[in-house]
Amino acid sequence: MEIRVNFNEKLSKLNDEIIKMGVLVEEALDKAMDSLINLDEDLANQVIAEDEFVNNLEINIEDHCILLIAREQPVASDLRYLVTALKISTQLERMGDHAVHIAKGTIRLKSNNGTDSIPLFGMQEMAGRVKSMLQRVLTAYVQCDAEEAKNIALLDAEVDRIHDEVIREVFSKFMSTSNDQQKATTLLFIDRFLERFGDHITNICEWIVYSVTGEHVELD
Amino acid sequence: MENNNILNLKDLNVYYGAFRAVKDINLNIQKNKITAFIGPSGCGKSTVLRSINRMNDLVEGTKTVGEIIFQDRNIYNRNVDAVSLRKQIGMVFQKPNPFPKSISDNITWGAKINGYKGDMGQLVEESLKSAALWDEVKDKLDENALRLSGGQQQRLCIARTIAVKPEIILMDEPASALDPIATLKIEDLMKTLSKDFTIIIVTHNMQQASRISDYTAFLMTDENRSGHLVEYNRTSKIFINPKNKQTEDYISGRFG
Repeated sequence: MEIRVNFNEKLSKLNDEIIKMGVLVEEALDKAMDSLINLDEDLANQVIAEDEFVNNLEINIEDHCILLIAREQPVASDLRYLVTALKISTQLERMGDHAVHIAKGTIRLKSNNGTDSIPLFGMQEMAGRVKSMLQRVLTAYVQCDAEEAKNIALLDAEVDRIHDEVIREVFSKFMSTSNDQQKATTLLFIDRFLERFGDHITNICEWIVYSVTGEHVELD
Repeated sequence: MENNNILNLKDLNVYYGAFRAVKDINLNIQKNKITAFIGPSGCGKSTVLRSINRMNDLVEGTKTVGEIIFQDRNIYNRNVDAVSLRKQIGMVFQKPNPFPKSISDNITWGAKINGYKGDMGQLVEESLKSAALWDEVKDKLDENALRLSGGQQQRLCIARTIAVKPEIILMDEPASALDPIATLKIEDLMKTLSKDFTIIIVTHNMQQASRISDYTAFLMTDENRSGHLVEYNRTSKIFINPKNKQTEDYISGRFG
Protein backbone atom coordinates (compact mmCIF):
# COMPACT_ATOMS: atom_id res chain seq x y z
CA MET A 1 0.00 0.00 0.00
CA GLU A 2 1.28 3.42 -0.92
CA ILE A 3 1.58 5.62 2.14
CA ARG A 4 1.61 9.39 2.64
CA VAL A 5 -0.73 9.78 -0.34
CA ASN A 6 -2.19 12.94 1.15
CA PHE A 7 1.25 14.48 1.62
CA ASN A 8 2.25 13.57 -1.94
CA GLU A 9 -0.90 15.26 -3.24
CA LYS A 10 -0.09 18.41 -1.32
CA LEU A 11 3.45 18.45 -2.71
CA SER A 12 2.03 18.15 -6.19
CA LYS A 13 -0.34 21.06 -5.52
CA LEU A 14 2.65 23.10 -4.41
CA ASN A 15 4.33 22.29 -7.72
CA ASP A 16 1.31 23.63 -9.57
CA GLU A 17 1.54 26.89 -7.64
CA ILE A 18 5.25 27.30 -8.42
CA ILE A 19 4.59 26.69 -12.12
CA LYS A 20 1.70 29.13 -12.10
CA MET A 21 3.87 31.78 -10.48
CA GLY A 22 6.63 31.13 -13.01
CA VAL A 23 4.20 31.50 -15.91
CA LEU A 24 2.88 34.79 -14.51
CA VAL A 25 6.43 36.13 -14.23
CA GLU A 26 7.16 35.03 -17.78
CA GLU A 27 4.06 36.86 -19.00
CA ALA A 28 5.04 39.94 -17.01
CA LEU A 29 8.45 39.94 -18.68
CA ASP A 30 6.86 39.54 -22.12
CA LYS A 31 4.45 42.39 -21.53
CA ALA A 32 7.12 44.62 -20.02
CA MET A 33 9.32 44.09 -23.09
CA ASP A 34 6.40 44.69 -25.46
CA SER A 35 5.56 47.88 -23.61
CA LEU A 36 9.18 48.96 -23.95
CA ILE A 37 9.47 48.14 -27.63
CA ASN A 38 6.22 49.93 -28.50
CA LEU A 39 6.48 52.57 -25.77
CA ASP A 40 3.01 51.39 -24.75
CA GLU A 41 2.19 53.11 -21.49
CA ASP A 42 -1.09 51.25 -20.99
CA LEU A 43 0.58 47.90 -21.24
CA ALA A 44 3.29 49.10 -18.84
CA ASN A 45 0.62 50.08 -16.32
CA GLN A 46 -0.95 46.67 -16.73
CA VAL A 47 2.36 44.99 -15.82
CA ILE A 48 2.59 47.17 -12.71
CA ALA A 49 -0.98 46.34 -11.66
CA GLU A 50 -0.68 42.61 -12.31
CA ASP A 51 2.39 42.25 -10.11
CA GLU A 52 -0.06 41.90 -7.23
CA PHE A 53 -1.00 38.42 -8.52
CA VAL A 54 2.63 37.34 -8.38
CA ASN A 55 3.02 38.76 -4.87
CA ASN A 56 -0.11 37.00 -3.67
CA LEU A 57 1.04 33.73 -5.13
CA GLU A 58 4.33 34.04 -3.27
CA ILE A 59 2.43 34.45 0.00
CA ASN A 60 0.25 31.43 -0.85
CA ILE A 61 3.31 29.30 -1.52
CA GLU A 62 4.96 30.42 1.70
CA ASP A 63 1.85 29.62 3.74
CA HIS A 64 1.51 26.30 1.99
CA CYS A 65 5.14 25.35 2.74
CA ILE A 66 4.96 26.49 6.36
CA LEU A 67 1.78 24.48 6.91
CA LEU A 68 3.31 21.37 5.34
CA ILE A 69 6.43 21.72 7.51
CA ALA A 70 4.32 22.12 10.65
CA ARG A 71 1.87 19.33 9.90
CA GLU A 72 3.93 16.74 8.06
CA GLN A 73 7.38 17.21 9.63
CA PRO A 74 9.12 16.50 6.33
CA VAL A 75 12.68 15.21 6.37
CA ALA A 76 15.41 14.44 3.85
CA SER A 77 14.46 15.09 0.21
CA ASP A 78 10.90 16.16 1.14
CA LEU A 79 12.30 18.84 3.42
CA ARG A 80 14.87 19.98 0.87
CA TYR A 81 12.16 20.14 -1.79
CA LEU A 82 9.92 22.34 0.39
CA VAL A 83 12.75 24.70 1.34
CA THR A 84 13.62 24.92 -2.35
CA ALA A 85 10.02 25.82 -3.18
CA LEU A 86 10.21 28.65 -0.63
CA LYS A 87 13.47 29.89 -2.10
CA ILE A 88 12.20 29.68 -5.67
CA SER A 89 9.08 31.65 -4.82
CA THR A 90 11.29 34.44 -3.45
CA GLN A 91 13.39 34.49 -6.62
CA LEU A 92 10.28 34.56 -8.83
CA GLU A 93 8.82 37.40 -6.82
CA ARG A 94 12.00 39.42 -7.39
CA MET A 95 11.79 38.72 -11.11
CA GLY A 96 8.21 39.97 -11.05
CA ASP A 97 9.49 43.17 -9.45
CA HIS A 98 12.10 43.55 -12.18
CA ALA A 99 9.36 43.27 -14.83
CA VAL A 100 7.63 46.11 -12.99
CA HIS A 101 10.85 48.13 -13.02
CA ILE A 102 11.17 47.65 -16.77
CA ALA A 103 7.54 48.78 -17.17
CA LYS A 104 8.26 51.88 -15.09
CA GLY A 105 11.27 52.50 -17.33
CA THR A 106 8.94 52.39 -20.32
CA ILE A 107 6.74 55.06 -18.74
CA ARG A 108 9.76 57.29 -18.04
CA LEU A 109 11.11 56.88 -21.56
CA LYS A 110 7.70 57.67 -23.02
CA SER A 111 7.38 60.88 -21.01
CA ASN A 112 10.90 61.96 -22.04
CA ASN A 113 10.85 60.77 -25.57
CA GLY A 114 7.30 60.93 -26.87
CA THR A 115 6.74 58.41 -29.60
CA ASP A 116 10.21 58.36 -31.11
CA SER A 117 11.50 54.83 -31.13
CA ILE A 118 14.43 54.02 -28.87
CA PRO A 119 17.24 51.63 -29.72
CA LEU A 120 17.27 48.66 -27.35
CA PHE A 121 20.58 47.17 -28.56
CA GLY A 122 20.84 43.57 -27.32
CA MET A 123 18.12 43.86 -24.73
CA GLN A 124 15.47 42.03 -26.72
CA GLU A 125 17.87 39.16 -27.14
CA MET A 126 18.59 39.18 -23.40
CA ALA A 127 14.86 39.05 -22.66
CA GLY A 128 14.42 36.13 -25.06
CA ARG A 129 17.28 34.26 -23.44
CA VAL A 130 16.15 34.73 -19.84
CA LYS A 131 12.61 33.78 -20.83
CA SER A 132 13.83 30.52 -22.29
CA MET A 133 15.99 29.90 -19.18
CA LEU A 134 12.97 30.55 -16.98
CA GLN A 135 10.82 28.05 -18.85
CA ARG A 136 13.52 25.41 -18.66
CA VAL A 137 14.27 25.98 -14.98
CA LEU A 138 10.64 25.47 -13.99
CA THR A 139 10.63 22.13 -15.79
CA ALA A 140 13.93 21.18 -14.15
CA TYR A 141 12.43 21.94 -10.75
CA VAL A 142 9.38 19.79 -11.29
CA GLN A 143 11.45 16.96 -12.75
CA CYS A 144 14.10 17.25 -9.99
CA ASP A 145 16.76 17.45 -12.69
CA ALA A 146 20.02 18.72 -11.18
CA GLU A 147 22.04 18.22 -14.37
CA GLU A 148 19.62 20.32 -16.38
CA ALA A 149 19.78 22.99 -13.65
CA LYS A 150 23.57 23.11 -14.00
CA ASN A 151 23.26 23.40 -17.79
CA ILE A 152 20.76 26.24 -17.52
CA ALA A 153 23.05 28.16 -15.15
CA LEU A 154 25.79 28.03 -17.78
CA LEU A 155 23.59 30.06 -20.11
CA ASP A 156 23.78 33.06 -17.81
CA ALA A 157 27.31 33.87 -19.03
CA GLU A 158 25.92 34.91 -22.43
CA VAL A 159 23.29 37.10 -20.77
CA ASP A 160 26.05 38.78 -18.76
CA ARG A 161 28.11 39.28 -21.91
CA ILE A 162 25.25 41.00 -23.74
CA HIS A 163 24.57 43.08 -20.62
CA ASP A 164 28.14 44.44 -20.74
CA GLU A 165 27.87 45.05 -24.47
CA VAL A 166 24.65 47.03 -24.00
CA ILE A 167 26.35 49.21 -21.39
CA ARG A 168 29.13 50.08 -23.83
CA GLU A 169 26.70 50.80 -26.66
CA VAL A 170 24.45 52.98 -24.54
CA PHE A 171 27.47 54.96 -23.38
CA SER A 172 28.86 55.51 -26.84
CA LYS A 173 25.49 56.50 -28.33
CA PHE A 174 23.91 58.62 -25.64
CA MET A 175 26.34 59.80 -23.05
CA SER A 176 28.03 62.39 -25.27
CA THR A 177 25.05 64.71 -25.32
CA SER A 178 23.57 66.00 -22.09
CA ASN A 179 20.01 65.83 -23.50
CA ASP A 180 20.12 62.10 -23.75
CA GLN A 181 21.60 61.33 -20.34
CA GLN A 182 18.27 60.68 -18.65
CA LYS A 183 17.24 58.32 -21.42
CA ALA A 184 20.60 56.56 -21.21
CA THR A 185 20.27 56.09 -17.46
CA THR A 186 16.85 54.47 -17.87
CA LEU A 187 18.16 52.14 -20.55
CA LEU A 188 21.10 51.15 -18.36
CA PHE A 189 18.70 50.31 -15.53
CA ILE A 190 16.58 48.17 -17.85
CA ASP A 191 19.70 46.40 -19.03
CA ARG A 192 20.59 45.78 -15.41
CA PHE A 193 17.11 44.39 -14.57
CA LEU A 194 17.30 41.95 -17.47
CA GLU A 195 20.72 40.84 -16.28
CA ARG A 196 19.25 40.27 -12.80
CA PHE A 197 16.68 37.89 -14.29
CA GLY A 198 19.57 35.66 -15.28
CA ASP A 199 21.06 35.87 -11.77
CA HIS A 200 17.78 34.89 -10.12
CA ILE A 201 17.42 31.94 -12.48
CA THR A 202 20.97 30.87 -11.59
CA ASN A 203 19.98 31.02 -7.92
CA ILE A 204 17.00 28.80 -8.66
CA CYS A 205 19.36 26.38 -10.43
CA GLU A 206 21.53 26.23 -7.29
CA TRP A 207 18.51 25.43 -5.15
CA ILE A 208 17.40 22.68 -7.52
CA VAL A 209 20.84 21.09 -7.19
CA TYR A 210 20.49 21.35 -3.40
CA SER A 211 17.03 19.86 -3.47
CA VAL A 212 18.17 16.87 -5.50
CA THR A 213 21.64 16.22 -4.06
CA GLY A 214 21.67 17.89 -0.65
CA GLU A 215 24.83 19.78 -1.67
CA HIS A 216 25.14 23.54 -1.80
CA VAL A 217 26.81 24.61 -5.06
CA GLU A 218 27.85 27.91 -6.53
CA LEU A 219 26.83 28.11 -10.19
CA ASP A 220 27.92 31.10 -12.21
CA MET B 1 32.68 11.14 12.18
CA GLU B 2 34.48 12.12 15.39
CA ASN B 3 36.90 9.72 16.94
CA ASN B 4 35.99 9.67 20.59
CA ASN B 5 34.73 6.14 20.79
CA ILE B 6 33.52 4.70 24.03
CA LEU B 7 32.17 1.49 22.57
CA ASN B 8 32.95 -0.49 19.43
CA LEU B 9 30.63 -3.11 18.01
CA LYS B 10 32.59 -5.43 15.73
CA ASP B 11 30.88 -7.96 13.48
CA LEU B 12 28.14 -8.35 16.05
CA ASN B 13 25.72 -11.22 15.38
CA VAL B 14 22.97 -12.27 17.76
CA TYR B 15 21.08 -15.54 17.39
CA TYR B 16 17.90 -16.65 19.10
CA GLY B 17 18.28 -20.40 18.69
CA ALA B 18 18.87 -20.95 14.98
CA PHE B 19 17.42 -17.56 14.00
CA ARG B 20 19.96 -14.85 13.26
CA ALA B 21 18.25 -11.76 14.69
CA VAL B 22 21.18 -9.41 14.15
CA LYS B 23 23.72 -9.67 11.37
CA ASP B 24 27.26 -8.26 11.12
CA ILE B 25 26.82 -4.97 12.92
CA ASN B 26 29.85 -2.69 12.98
CA LEU B 27 29.36 0.54 14.85
CA ASN B 28 31.41 2.94 16.99
CA ILE B 29 29.54 4.81 19.70
CA GLN B 30 30.79 8.31 20.53
CA LYS B 31 31.39 9.30 24.14
CA ASN B 32 29.07 11.89 25.71
CA LYS B 33 26.82 11.86 22.69
CA ILE B 34 23.29 10.58 22.18
CA THR B 35 23.05 7.84 19.60
CA ALA B 36 19.62 6.75 18.38
CA PHE B 37 18.82 3.35 16.88
CA ILE B 38 15.85 3.58 14.53
CA GLY B 39 14.20 1.13 12.19
CA PRO B 40 10.98 -0.81 11.62
CA SER B 41 9.71 -3.36 14.12
CA GLY B 42 11.78 -6.51 14.21
CA CYS B 43 14.89 -4.86 12.73
CA GLY B 44 16.99 -5.89 15.71
CA LYS B 45 17.55 -2.48 17.27
CA SER B 46 16.43 -3.55 20.75
CA THR B 47 18.44 -6.75 20.43
CA VAL B 48 21.56 -4.75 19.66
CA LEU B 49 20.83 -2.41 22.57
CA ARG B 50 20.38 -5.31 24.98
CA SER B 51 23.57 -6.95 23.79
CA ILE B 52 25.52 -3.88 24.93
CA ASN B 53 25.06 -4.66 28.62
CA ARG B 54 24.51 -8.37 28.11
CA MET B 55 20.81 -8.25 28.95
CA ASN B 56 20.39 -10.85 26.22
CA ASP B 57 22.27 -13.30 28.43
CA LEU B 58 19.05 -13.53 30.40
CA VAL B 59 17.10 -14.76 27.35
CA GLU B 60 17.47 -18.49 26.98
CA GLY B 61 18.90 -19.73 23.68
CA THR B 62 20.62 -16.45 22.86
CA LYS B 63 24.05 -16.66 21.30
CA THR B 64 26.20 -13.60 20.66
CA VAL B 65 29.05 -13.74 18.16
CA GLY B 66 31.49 -10.94 17.45
CA GLU B 67 32.84 -8.34 19.84
CA ILE B 68 31.71 -5.36 21.82
CA ILE B 69 34.79 -3.51 22.98
CA PHE B 70 34.35 -1.36 26.08
CA GLN B 71 37.33 -0.13 28.12
CA ASP B 72 39.77 -2.09 25.97
CA ARG B 73 38.17 -5.49 26.35
CA ASN B 74 35.42 -7.52 24.79
CA ILE B 75 32.47 -7.49 27.18
CA TYR B 76 31.70 -11.04 26.09
CA ASN B 77 35.05 -12.31 27.39
CA ARG B 78 34.60 -15.10 29.89
CA ASN B 79 36.24 -13.10 32.68
CA VAL B 80 33.83 -10.17 32.41
CA ASP B 81 31.20 -10.16 35.13
CA ALA B 82 27.86 -9.22 33.58
CA VAL B 83 26.48 -7.84 36.84
CA SER B 84 29.32 -5.38 37.35
CA LEU B 85 29.23 -4.55 33.64
CA ARG B 86 25.60 -3.45 34.08
CA LYS B 87 26.72 -0.97 36.74
CA GLN B 88 28.85 0.73 34.11
CA ILE B 89 26.30 0.32 31.37
CA GLY B 90 22.89 0.95 32.88
CA MET B 91 19.48 0.56 31.29
CA VAL B 92 16.14 2.34 31.31
CA PHE B 93 13.16 0.40 29.97
CA GLN B 94 10.06 1.24 27.99
CA LYS B 95 7.68 0.90 30.90
CA PRO B 96 8.72 2.69 34.07
CA ASN B 97 9.58 -0.03 36.58
CA PRO B 98 10.34 1.51 39.98
CA PHE B 99 10.61 -0.82 42.94
CA PRO B 100 7.40 -0.85 45.04
CA LYS B 101 9.27 1.01 47.75
CA SER B 102 9.82 4.61 48.80
CA ILE B 103 11.23 7.12 46.34
CA SER B 104 14.36 7.36 48.44
CA ASP B 105 14.80 3.57 48.66
CA ASN B 106 14.59 3.33 44.88
CA ILE B 107 17.74 5.43 44.66
CA THR B 108 19.69 3.89 47.53
CA TRP B 109 18.86 0.25 46.79
CA GLY B 110 21.57 -0.24 44.18
CA ALA B 111 24.08 1.83 46.13
CA LYS B 112 23.56 -0.30 49.24
CA ILE B 113 24.06 -3.53 47.31
CA ASN B 114 27.23 -2.12 45.80
CA GLY B 115 28.60 -1.19 49.22
CA TYR B 116 28.33 2.56 48.74
CA LYS B 117 29.98 4.28 51.70
CA GLY B 118 29.02 7.90 51.09
CA ASP B 119 26.14 9.98 52.42
CA MET B 120 22.89 8.34 51.27
CA GLY B 121 20.84 11.53 51.70
CA GLN B 122 23.26 13.37 49.46
CA LEU B 123 23.17 10.59 46.87
CA VAL B 124 19.35 10.72 46.80
CA GLU B 125 19.32 14.49 46.38
CA GLU B 126 22.04 14.55 43.71
CA SER B 127 20.49 11.74 41.69
CA LEU B 128 17.00 13.21 41.83
CA LYS B 129 18.33 16.64 40.89
CA SER B 130 20.24 15.17 37.95
CA ALA B 131 17.05 13.47 36.82
CA ALA B 132 15.09 16.75 37.11
CA LEU B 133 12.76 15.21 39.69
CA TRP B 134 13.98 16.68 42.97
CA ASP B 135 11.72 19.72 43.09
CA GLU B 136 8.64 17.56 42.53
CA VAL B 137 9.41 14.92 45.18
CA LYS B 138 11.70 16.51 47.79
CA ASP B 139 8.84 16.73 50.31
CA LYS B 140 7.71 13.14 49.90
CA LEU B 141 10.85 11.04 49.64
CA ASP B 142 9.31 8.38 51.90
CA GLU B 143 6.20 7.96 49.77
CA ASN B 144 5.78 4.87 47.67
CA ALA B 145 7.30 5.40 44.22
CA LEU B 146 4.29 3.78 42.57
CA ARG B 147 2.19 6.80 43.54
CA LEU B 148 4.17 9.01 41.15
CA SER B 149 2.90 9.74 37.64
CA GLY B 150 4.25 7.69 34.73
CA GLY B 151 6.64 10.45 33.66
CA GLN B 152 7.87 10.93 37.23
CA GLN B 153 8.34 7.18 37.62
CA GLN B 154 10.44 7.10 34.47
CA ARG B 155 12.60 9.97 35.69
CA LEU B 156 12.95 8.10 39.00
CA CYS B 157 14.19 5.07 37.05
CA ILE B 158 16.71 7.35 35.33
CA ALA B 159 17.74 8.75 38.73
CA ARG B 160 18.16 5.18 40.00
CA THR B 161 20.32 4.35 37.00
CA ILE B 162 22.60 7.38 37.31
CA ALA B 163 22.94 6.91 41.10
CA VAL B 164 25.44 4.10 40.44
CA LYS B 165 27.43 6.44 38.15
CA PRO B 166 27.45 4.44 34.91
CA GLU B 167 29.49 5.36 31.85
CA ILE B 168 26.72 4.54 29.40
CA ILE B 169 22.94 4.62 29.72
CA LEU B 170 20.90 2.44 27.39
CA MET B 171 17.30 3.51 26.87
CA ASP B 172 14.78 1.24 25.22
CA GLU B 173 11.89 3.43 24.06
CA PRO B 174 12.00 5.34 27.36
CA ALA B 175 9.15 7.69 26.47
CA SER B 176 6.81 5.55 24.43
CA ALA B 177 4.51 4.93 27.41
CA LEU B 178 4.39 8.62 28.35
CA ASP B 179 2.22 11.57 27.34
CA PRO B 180 3.76 14.27 25.08
CA ILE B 181 4.73 16.67 27.87
CA ALA B 182 6.32 13.93 29.98
CA THR B 183 8.08 12.81 26.81
CA LEU B 184 9.57 16.25 26.22
CA LYS B 185 10.76 16.35 29.84
CA ILE B 186 12.57 13.04 29.34
CA GLU B 187 14.08 14.37 26.10
CA ASP B 188 15.31 17.55 27.81
CA LEU B 189 16.73 15.43 30.58
CA MET B 190 18.58 13.23 28.11
CA LYS B 191 20.22 16.28 26.54
CA THR B 192 21.39 17.47 29.96
CA LEU B 193 22.59 14.01 30.98
CA SER B 194 24.63 13.59 27.80
CA LYS B 195 27.15 16.07 29.25
CA ASP B 196 28.09 13.44 31.83
CA PHE B 197 26.99 10.18 30.26
CA THR B 198 26.92 8.48 26.89
CA ILE B 199 23.35 7.66 25.90
CA ILE B 200 22.10 5.11 23.43
CA ILE B 201 18.38 5.15 22.74
CA VAL B 202 16.09 2.90 20.77
CA THR B 203 13.05 4.78 19.55
CA HIS B 204 10.14 4.28 17.18
CA ASN B 205 9.56 7.98 17.17
CA MET B 206 11.63 9.44 14.36
CA GLN B 207 10.93 13.04 15.37
CA GLN B 208 12.31 12.13 18.77
CA ALA B 209 15.46 10.69 17.22
CA SER B 210 15.90 13.81 15.08
CA ARG B 211 15.27 16.14 18.03
CA ILE B 212 17.58 14.65 20.60
CA SER B 213 20.27 12.48 19.05
CA ASP B 214 23.71 13.46 17.75
CA TYR B 215 24.11 10.25 15.76
CA THR B 216 21.55 7.97 14.21
CA ALA B 217 21.85 4.34 13.18
CA PHE B 218 19.19 2.99 10.83
CA LEU B 219 18.60 -0.76 10.90
CA MET B 220 16.51 -2.92 8.60
CA THR B 221 15.71 -6.57 8.14
CA ASP B 222 17.01 -8.52 5.14
CA GLU B 223 15.21 -11.27 3.23
CA ASN B 224 15.94 -13.70 6.11
CA ARG B 225 14.49 -11.23 8.63
CA SER B 226 17.96 -10.61 10.08
CA GLY B 227 18.52 -7.06 11.30
CA HIS B 228 21.48 -5.24 9.82
CA LEU B 229 22.87 -1.73 9.80
CA VAL B 230 21.86 0.26 6.72
CA GLU B 231 23.27 3.66 7.52
CA TYR B 232 24.99 5.33 10.45
CA ASN B 233 25.89 8.99 10.50
CA ARG B 234 25.39 12.30 12.22
CA THR B 235 21.68 12.82 12.83
CA SER B 236 21.78 16.06 10.83
CA LYS B 237 23.06 14.09 7.83
CA ILE B 238 20.56 11.26 8.21
CA PHE B 239 17.54 13.56 8.41
CA ILE B 240 18.56 16.08 5.75
CA ASN B 241 20.60 14.11 3.27
CA PRO B 242 20.68 10.36 3.88
CA LYS B 243 22.91 8.41 1.54
CA ASN B 244 20.79 5.29 1.34
CA LYS B 245 17.44 5.08 -0.44
CA GLN B 246 16.04 2.72 2.22
CA THR B 247 16.93 5.23 4.95
CA GLU B 248 15.29 8.03 2.95
CA ASP B 249 12.12 6.01 2.41
CA TYR B 250 11.88 4.97 6.05
CA ILE B 251 12.47 8.36 7.67
CA SER B 252 10.17 10.14 5.23
CA GLY B 253 7.42 7.62 6.01
CA ARG B 254 7.34 5.94 2.60
CA PHE B 255 7.50 2.49 4.17
CA GLY B 256 7.74 0.83 7.57
